[in-house]
Amino acid sequence: MNTIEHAVDVLVIGGGTAGPMAAVKAKQVNPNLKVLLLEKANVKRSGAISMGMDGLNNAVIPGHATPEQYVREITVANDGIVNQKTVLAYARNSFAMIEELDRWGVKFEKDETGDYAVKKVHHMGTYVLPMPEGHDIKKILYRQLKRNRVEITNRLVATRLIVGQEDGRIAGAFAFDCRTADFYVIKAKSVVLATGAAGRLGLPASGYLFGTYENPTNAGDGYSMAYHAGAELSGIECFQINPLIKDYNGPACAYVTGPFGGYTANSKGQRFIECDYWSGQMMQEFYHELESGNGPVFLKLDHLAEETISSIETILHGNERPSRGRFHAGRGINYRERMVEMHISEIGLCSGHSASGVWVDEHAATTVPGLYAAGDLACVPHNYMLGAFVYGGFAGESAARHANEHGQIEVDPAQLDAERQRVWAPLQRESGLPPAQVEYKLRRMVNDYLQPPKVTRKMEIGLERFDSIRDDLEVLHANNPHELMRAMEVHAIRDCAEMAARASLYRTESRWGLYHARVDYPERNDADWLVHVQLHKNAGGDMACFKRPLEPYVIPVDDQEKTAYQRLRISSTNTPEAVAP
Amino acid sequence: MSKSSFPTAIQRSNVPVTIDENKCIADKGCTVCVEACPLDVLAINPLTGKAQMTFDECWYCLPCEKDCPAGAVSVEIPYLLR
Repeated sequence: MNTIEHAVDVLVIGGGTAGPMAAVKAKQVNPNLKVLLLEKANVKRSGAISMGMDGLNNAVIPGHATPEQYVREITVANDGIVNQKTVLAYARNSFAMIEELDRWGVKFEKDETGDYAVKKVHHMGTYVLPMPEGHDIKKILYRQLKRNRVEITNRLVATRLIVGQEDGRIAGAFAFDCRTADFYVIKAKSVVLATGAAGRLGLPASGYLFGTYENPTNAGDGYSMAYHAGAELSGIECFQINPLIKDYNGPACAYVTGPFGGYTANSKGQRFIECDYWSGQMMQEFYHELESGNGPVFLKLDHLAEETISSIETILHGNERPSRGRFHAGRGINYRERMVEMHISEIGLCSGHSASGVWVDEHAATTVPGLYAAGDLACVPHNYMLGAFVYGGFAGESAARHANEHGQIEVDPAQLDAERQRVWAPLQRESGLPPAQVEYKLRRMVNDYLQPPKVTRKMEIGLERFDSIRDDLEVLHANNPHELMRAMEVHAIRDCAEMAARASLYRTESRWGLYHARVDYPERNDADWLVHVQLHKNAGGDMACFKRPLEPYVIPVDDQEKTAYQRLRISSTNTPEAVAP
Repeated sequence: MSKSSFPTAIQRSNVPVTIDENKCIADKGCTVCVEACPLDVLAINPLTGKAQMTFDECWYCLPCEKDCPAGAVSVEIPYLLR
């Protein structure tokens, strides 16, 4: 096993959605910069959109929506806890990004006049733009990477960011090759973190470790790296939980089928929520119905016309999660004949869908000088794929400017030795615990103790269990470099589990519907908790939370709008328990 | 800890990816499926020269099957989810 040193100007970690955009934009700011895109899998087929995407969930297109209206919608959908400046920066650049992607060859749905065919799915505004031919998006990104001469390296797993001892400024990252276990020291003047969600946190109901909602390559590595580099994370207690096809664990409903007339129904085929847009409040109503006498919950399409169902199938079986058709075929389920059983996903951390992420400002800067973040990992609530592109762009431009203005910090040899020893240890032990077994137990504990509704004592017990699994990390044994990747991912997952528990315990109220439903603090308490909960490694090296006040809103929200997402339940189904069977 | 502290056993599992060895051209240098897999669970079997699923860690996402130039790869839903 070798140690390989490499120096670049800008290092982008994560080649899925935000990362390629960051790398391209950094090169466009200054083509002379050496920009390296580091990917754990292969850039051609990596990240949340490895098989494409079927639509934009948050397109802010003139004539259909305004940036101000979008900021109000997300402020309300996220129960007031937003840095509006970051959401506004997204919204103002949303349309320009759509036009740029369109020029690059991404195909969006247009009507007969050539206008974008935007659909209404959200509670208030109109933001959903279908991409029925969105399966090629990774190929289009790859072409841009080549055209802009971005250096690419695949199958490298980043493990820690390198931070200067004196000024806390970023200096690069450590990584290893998941096929050779060679250790990499990549020096950089600035770093963009774009490693996606913490998608291997909860255990799916199927018990299959890799049957997650998120691409399981996204194991939370970036959350852990940002934490150990001293960055602030925010809203970690605002978990991601999604309504999915049971067992298959892929999405199906709101954004694709909703505009065609499909909807979420209870076992009687009745609609029980007014709006299928994914929010904590919507998930709370979903959970109520699931657990009630009217449960479980279904996706209802069987009332639609044949041609409508065919169109839905073409989209759902061709994009994002195309194995869905095989899953249904195996179960003998046909959308035409009966409703499809749904369930809730395991918990995860993902700002693309909820709000849990690395704290960034409106330029994608984290609290660590020279470190930028974008995509599912960066805390810009409900940012989705288009937000990943927009913030990827911001991050790349910011990182390029930082690299233009700063020199390279030397890497401390002691820091290098310590990390190499930590990374290689599972391969060098003669025996030990198999990574998959430790991961299974850890994630089962996450389900047992952290899955909402959250209970204080349970989360405290969870913390004790996560602490004892810390000892197990010291005896992980890898038979080969591939297992070493899984072993190091378990380290990151354990960090994410502890963060999820500590941030959840800190916020002693309930907010965001099911995402942070605390049974022993059932009320929302704006007097004390209309604040961000930040999490970081404190001066003593301990995981600590603190409050960060909200920045004053730049877009005021009126009282009627503020409560819009608390009125999702359809009034005739208000008391599902009372409905006669 | 001593070596005897961690005795282990090998457990079998039915894996979701099947390679048709008559169609697979890995022995002619093709590694498309191996490179496409986000989870890096496919590898070339040195004995047969053909691709195979080495680790049961599948997201049933399909790039291996879609990108295979020989039509040799087929992905099933993992048994636990089926």
